[in-house]
Amino acid sequence: MTDTVSHAAATPDVPQPFAELGLTEQEYGRVRKLLGRRPTDAELALYSVMWSEHCSYKSSKVHLRQFAEKAPRSDALLAGIGHNAGVVDIGGGYAVTFKIESHNHPSYVEPHQGAATGVGGIVRDILAMGARPVAVMDSLRFGPASAADTCRVLPGVVSGISFYGNCLGLPNIGGELAFDPCYAGNPLVNALCVGVMRHGDLKLATADGPGNQVILLGSRTGPDGIGGASVLASATFGGSGEGGDSAKRPSVQVGDPFLEKLLVECCLELYHGGLVAGIQDLGAAGIACATTELAAAGTGGMRVRLEAVPLRDATLGPPEILMSESQERMMAVVEPADVPRFLGVCEKWGVQATVIGEVTGTGRLEMTWHGETVVDIPPGTAANEGPVYQRPLARPEWQDKLAADDPAGLARPSGGDGLRTALISLLGSPGLADTTWVTEQYDHYVRGDTVLAMPEDAGLIRVNEDTGLGVALATDGNGRYALLDPYAGAQLALSEAYRNVAATGARPLAVTNCMNFGSPEDPSVMWQFAEAVRGLADGCAVLGVPVTGGNVSFYNQTDQTPIHPTPVIGVLGVHDDVRHRLSIGFAADGARIVLLGRTEAEFGGSAWAHVTHGHLGGRPPKVDLGAERQLAQVLASAAQAGVACAAHDLSDGGLAIALAESCLRGGLGCRVSLPGDPFTFLFSESAARAVVAVRPGAEDAFAEICAAHGVPAEVIGTVGGDSLHVEDCFAIPLDELAGAHRGVLPAIFG
Amino acid sequence: MSVRIGVITFPGSLDEGEAARAVRRAGGEPVALWHAERDLRGVDAVILPGGFSYGDYLRCGAIARFSPVMTELAAAAKAGLPVLGICNGFQILCEAHLLPGALTRNAGLHFIHRDLRLRVENTRTPWTRAYSGGQEIVVPLKSGEGAYAADAGTLAALEAGGQVTVRYLANPNGSARDIAGVSNEAGNVVGLMPHPEYATSELTGPGTDGLGFFSSVVSVFAGA
Repeated sequence: MTDTVSHAAATPDVPQPFAELGLTEQEYGRVRKLLGRRPTDAELALYSVMWSEHCSYKSSKVHLRQFAEKAPRSDALLAGIGHNAGVVDIGGGYAVTFKIESHNHPSYVEPHQGAATGVGGIVRDILAMGARPVAVMDSLRFGPASAADTCRVLPGVVSGISFYGNCLGLPNIGGELAFDPCYAGNPLVNALCVGVMRHGDLKLATADGPGNQVILLGSRTGPDGIGGASVLASATFGGSGEGGDSAKRPSVQVGDPFLEKLLVECCLELYHGGLVAGIQDLGAAGIACATTELAAAGTGGMRVRLEAVPLRDATLGPPEILMSESQERMMAVVEPADVPRFLGVCEKWGVQATVIGEVTGTGRLEMTWHGETVVDIPPGTAANEGPVYQRPLARPEWQDKLAADDPAGLARPSGGDGLRTALISLLGSPGLADTTWVTEQYDHYVRGDTVLAMPEDAGLIRVNEDTGLGVALATDGNGRYALLDPYAGAQLALSEAYRNVAATGARPLAVTNCMNFGSPEDPSVMWQFAEAVRGLADGCAVLGVPVTGGNVSFYNQTDQTPIHPTPVIGVLGVHDDVRHRLSIGFAADGARIVLLGRTEAEFGGSAWAHVTHGHLGGRPPKVDLGAERQLAQVLASAAQAGVACAAHDLSDGGLAIALAESCLRGGLGCRVSLPGDPFTFLFSESAARAVVAVRPGAEDAFAEICAAHGVPAEVIGTVGGDSLHVEDCFAIPLDELAGAHRGVLPAIFG
Repeated sequence: MSVRIGVITFPGSLDEGEAARAVRRAGGEPVALWHAERDLRGVDAVILPGGFSYGDYLRCGAIARFSPVMTELAAAAKAGLPVLGICNGFQILCEAHLLPGALTRNAGLHFIHRDLRLRVENTRTPWTRAYSGGQEIVVPLKSGEGAYAADAGTLAALEAGGQVTVRYLANPNGSARDIAGVSNEAGNVVGLMPHPEYATSELTGPGTDGLGFFSSVVSVFAGA
């Protein structure tokens, strides 16, 4: 029997499964109070997903406000936080929208589909803003490369991203790959998408204008992913058991990239024809989320006939239809006169489209099921007025002990042979090894506008073929730094992504973030989260780049053990002319190599300490945002002036790894002489540094640029030869470097 | 008179934009053709671009080959119209029996995106006449089902008839006899798995070695 609103009012004492749906007793009580009666089954389903951590940000909201409160003044922001994705003006009448989102839990349970639908979901977010999606990136973290379960999860995740992104026709232009035991039971799969639009094309997720029709388009609704947001994404997995938790497998959605491709082309043609008054993608919480958010952001009322929703499984009832997270669906608000043309475009692309309701002026979201009312709520109570928690936070008592465990006491390699061995071992460690095994499974070229892709410091996409206007994107995160100091860790991740974008010659403009943490109910984790958010907000204020949006993923923990706090930061920059881009590769024989920035002995959280000693302690490198800003100005000016022929940021593994990567990328060796203690100069991870290969003859011009921006610059050597030669230390033939770097992942993953 | 080269868009096509750019870079005029229309719009030649037509459901190219436009195209191809199938376009031409053989899952079962060296074996086709015989070129491959397969008799006939158009120098995917592309007996229909259209710009590809495929066909009609 259908649980109607009148039935619910007449039967207040019927026990309801609120706890199974993830609501606390207090939250359930609040729903009853808001409605003045018990909720119907459908309403309970709707509130449970809308008030889930994933949709309501109930634990993070009080902290995330800082991104808006501390935001630097920026003329570039056309739409900020709170929309599906932020929109940034890049000049020339163009705007870009970009966002990063997690699909961590589904990717552990079912790696292929979990990762695939992560791509699909973020692409629809970008599409919903009115933009054409033009590229994706993936930031991936797994348990130890050698662990048996990593050999299940990693190849599945990569094949899922490959399957979905390649078929969708979006170039994959970069990202990250990292390994650490803390991610063994909680891999991090963060997907970023960037889209391009003209200024006037911005679409908003609002249902305005009573009488306007509500159209569901795309895939039929099935039983997949029901409760994904509330159940799956909030659950603590029991143990790190082999093969994930099969009982939760049905909670993972299944993706169809072909349908998404048709949906993208269909929506873009609908936008172009002016046939869309408002639009929202269907992701977490499916129709429940789309209807409540559209209605709450618009005139305020909507009437929906749930039996009109096309189904893949005829046995689904209202609660399942509302909660289903079936992929490849969008919800549009269309003026009645435009409906025939709207449906015609959908037919052309073979996209199913169905009118399921209309906008009303009642201020109520009403849903019927074969004529009987099963939902009747003020939509804002579900969309915007969910619970907000000021969770208790406490600095962990082990934090000081960790900081005191200084890496200064670790045995250091001595002599040329020792340094040589250390470099080879770092270069061949899974986290620093060549990632071709992964990236070769992604199409980098499709759409024909990819100017730079991995293993470059940042991906670079051309936006306008005539002017050369383009955007650069990088994502970075370092869980080791963030464990040592979450405030500094977030700023270091921001600094690195900012520096990576700058290293291509781009001007950094805006920031997105994906906050991957353990349980917010653990005060230590909540402290880490609060510190990281504060660090990012403060850092963005100093660098002058606003946060335009992001995503929070909590409950990344196995039993009581959380992952390292892992803020992953994406930075977007603009290139006025992509022909001036800089690659990391040493390809110009005779170019002078200049080390920019200050190098100090900073080994806390470093790749060297991690790989060589399995050590994690002390302080992370010092943050110097002012220096980052000056460094970025030098890199942009040098690229623009044409005095540089390559640039590479220094981060994991320090100068040693950067030089090796630049040599291998460009196919030429180099000869350098270090200006101080060789070990420190080779392996320290001091921030705000880069190496630049300066065009022969342009040394003075480059030195002037560095001096003008107050950036310390030291000529350390010359590009050329067929080995990485560090004077008085070692010379490693490029073949040997390549052998150490390239065979690692294929040997593990096949 | 500009040389007009049709580029067909099927549902799920992805590389039609870059194919059109390559035509333009070679001095031709690209003409968009739609899978659901029978009309070839009087073009001088046709390109079937890469992508995942119909999501690669059933088999790659198996559904697209029944598109309305393919009826017209098959007749025109048999009458001598130059036709180039790239990647998924190659798969569609094989499914349509306009080219011999079939494309199967890569050895290793992974999608492969890689810049590769190819050797142009046959320069007598309208798509390869700009190259010199045996010329080595760098062109990207990006496909998951690119391993060329045919029975022994067909492979022998392809070799004997000079129908092997391009070959891999280092076989990336398990293709029989390192075959990267073949032509029909007449030579007017050519299919290859690598993507010459993504090797027509130094800025966005590995170089400009692929431009020859497009300048070849333009030169046929420009009378060069």
